[in-house]
Amino acid sequence: MMDRGTQTNPTRRKLLFGASCLAAGLGTPLLLAVRRAQATPATMATAIRQVVGEASVKPGKVKLDLPPLVENGNTVPFTVSVDSPMTPSDYVKAIHVFNEKNPQSNVIGVRLGPRAGRASFTSRMRLADSEKVVAIAELSDGSFWSDSVDVVVTIAACVEDGIP
Amino acid sequence: MSAPLINVPARAKRGDIIIIKTLISHEMETGFRYGTNGVLIPRNIITEFVCTYNGEEIFRADFHQAVAANPFLTFYTVATASGTIAFTWTGDNGFSENASANITVE
Repeated sequence: MMDRGTQTNPTRRKLLFGASCLAAGLGTPLLLAVRRAQATPATMATAIRQVVGEASVKPGKVKLDLPPLVENGNTVPFTVSVDSPMTPSDYVKAIHVFNEKNPQSNVIGVRLGPRAGRASFTSRMRLADSEKVVAIAELSDGSFWSDSVDVVVTIAACVEDGIP
Repeated sequence: MSAPLINVPARAKRGDIIIIKTLISHEMETGFRYGTNGVLIPRNIITEFVCTYNGEEIFRADFHQAVAANPFLTFYTVATASGTIAFTWTGDNGFSENASANITVE
């Protein structure tokens, strides 16, 4: 009896392990297949163009603080801060945040002024996939500066919308 | 229904940079999700947030669907004078919510 027990256990374990591997392997492409219309890098570029117009966007001055690995895409905390003295002659007018693969490219746009004292804000966003997030700041002299972060998301926001 | 939580320092020194924190309960339904009956759930989000300091606008935010449920915002302002800091959230389906806090500046 003891012998039988030790013999059956490993095989059952192997079978369960095999089954779970198969399920995980099948599940991933299914999840990807049911996801619908997403914003692509092109739509993000269009959304950015709508905000900045013809102006060129230079990297620098802006710091987008976002965890590089996100467990839950439903609430991703982020902070945008801009290196600016925030004086009446040199201040940040607006900060915009964009994403690459959510169904809609805009995240948030804020307007502030020299009264803010510090050009920084914190909020929480949704991320539908591992993607790039871009923050763009508009300065009082009309120049645009940006920062981008690539985020890995393990549990995406809006996966439940794929279940019919 | 959606009582906002706000955090503003009660007193500050003139010229100090103070931090303001706001949180409001709202589902921020994206309009991209389907219900269990297969019907698209209509969009219902807060679209705009405005903060005024003694009537002067100091901060404004446009929210889109990618803002997480129960929008949370922290930002800064310079304490210039004693008075009222007021907050307004407006959104889809006629959503409107107000809150205010008093600050004493020495």
